[in-house]
Amino acid sequence: MDAVIFLVFAIIAVVCAINVVIQSHPISSAISLVGVMGSLAVLYLLLGAEFLAAAQVIVYAGAIMVLFVFVIMLLNAGAETRKGRSFMVQLLGVPLLVTLLGLLAYIVQRIYPIGTMVHFGGFTHGTPQDVGRALFSTYLLPFEVTSVLILIAILGAIVLARKEMD
Amino acid sequence: MDAFIIISLIKVLVVFAVLMTTLAYLQWVERKVIAHIQVRPGPYRVGPHGLLQPLADVIKLVTKEDLLPPYVNKPLYLAAPFLAITMALLPISVIPFGPSIHVAGYQTYMQLTDLNIGVLFILAASSMGVYGIALAGWSSNNKYALLGGLRSSAQMISYELPMSLAVAAPLLLSNTLSLHDLVLTQDGGLWHWNIFRGPFPQIFSFIIFLIAAFAETNRVPFDLPEAENELVAGFHTEYSSMKFASFFMAEYANMITVSCMATLLFLGGWSAPWPAAYGSGFVPAIIFAVAGLVALYHGMNAARGRDRLTFPVFGVIFLIIAAIFLLPMVQDWLLPLFWFCAKTGSILFAFIWIRGTLPRFRYDQLMGFTWKFLFPVAMLNLLVTGLLVAWFS
Repeated sequence: MDAVIFLVFAIIAVVCAINVVIQSHPISSAISLVGVMGSLAVLYLLLGAEFLAAAQVIVYAGAIMVLFVFVIMLLNAGAETRKGRSFMVQLLGVPLLVTLLGLLAYIVQRIYPIGTMVHFGGFTHGTPQDVGRALFSTYLLPFEVTSVLILIAILGAIVLARKEMD
Repeated sequence: MDAFIIISLIKVLVVFAVLMTTLAYLQWVERKVIAHIQVRPGPYRVGPHGLLQPLADVIKLVTKEDLLPPYVNKPLYLAAPFLAITMALLPISVIPFGPSIHVAGYQTYMQLTDLNIGVLFILAASSMGVYGIALAGWSSNNKYALLGGLRSSAQMISYELPMSLAVAAPLLLSNTLSLHDLVLTQDGGLWHWNIFRGPFPQIFSFIIFLIAAFAETNRVPFDLPEAENELVAGFHTEYSSMKFASFFMAEYANMITVSCMATLLFLGGWSAPWPAAYGSGFVPAIIFAVAGLVALYHGMNAARGRDRLTFPVFGVIFLIIAAIFLLPMVQDWLLPLFWFCAKTGSILFAFIWIRGTLPRFRYDQLMGFTWKFLFPVAMLNLLVTGLLVAWFS
């Protein structure tokens, strides 16, 4: 049952991810990306990380992608027109892609032998309490540094926006 | 296992049927209440006091011609109402209506499922609900719809922040994310409810939550996305028949969800205002008995001929309900259900009441209010709550 659900949502995630690239309209791409985020959330849930799954939907699929869609709607971006592909792309595109995927698969298989594969239901420390405790004890410094980084980014955005206005 | 599946199926059917009926009749209640606020009778023709009006509306909406404008973005135009109604109905699956009960030897919750991230689940579903409206506005290819969709997304993104902060504060007091456990921590009377409970009563959170909830559900005074005088009908201008009905139902389902959320987070869910040892168990029976006696009295001194018949009938029905509330074997689940419905119903009434009272905000006032006032206040409230909880624990 777990494996079936995993396969279904993994396939949805991959199909949506490919759809993000091949759609010509930004809105369609953004919606496909929401699909990717949603299926990833289901995979997190399968692995026993329920807080992460909820945060994934609220933050990525909900907040960030809504903002994307909002900006695309606001700018009224139209469908992009396809230009003819260059000779190099036509020649090397598919072989390079196959090489990359093959290399990734090979590396993953070498690093993780069959015995240490993920087991569904084996991980039970994904509750909000566990995540909160880990964030505010073991990973306190990285957590705080990240939040300061985000604060700096917000300040930077405001400064840049103000400069535009003057 | 089989029993679990059967009980779950029954629960799903019951909750779905009740929710759909509530959705239909909430609209009747809204039209009636608004009408009485504005001193007019409201729906009156279909059935006694217009009670069959929702049925007539449903038949009208189902049999109406389903127009598909030629200039829309078809896949997204068709997906938008579906998305809106799905995300609006989803949260009801985690809302508890009562404690755990025994049915024919099996123990079960009066709730479809109890998630340990129930609160987050509802927030996630409501944040996905924005897509329905935003995509409906965009895919309609109509400037009024687009403006409505834009306004709505901007408004919902902005008000989600104070709403989440307001939700976080009572969670600090209750120390759980499961909606079932959340109510259990508030058990034992009015002064244990999160809205009045120490160390920091969540009355400010409650008000912030309600204000944000009005904006999230696009209700007056924050119904800018469908401001008729500026935007025709806003994001659903191009929709007709069942697709329009989906948006309509989604709005009412969202109203019910946020009312349930407010009840569970702040008002103690299904717990009675004071312990059963001091007689809170008799309140529903007394209320219904008084209602029945008043109806009987008016039946005897009838102002119109037909009242001689209708008032005594309703009086007897109310008296029977009052008697049912006194039966010991149903009290276990009927009393919690009564308190839950009473609290949720009061908040729903406030929604309608405010619609009949307040004018619409201007767009800049709407945005300025949330970012310059509501958000800082919610932040401050969360900070104070956190400090006091840490201090006293």
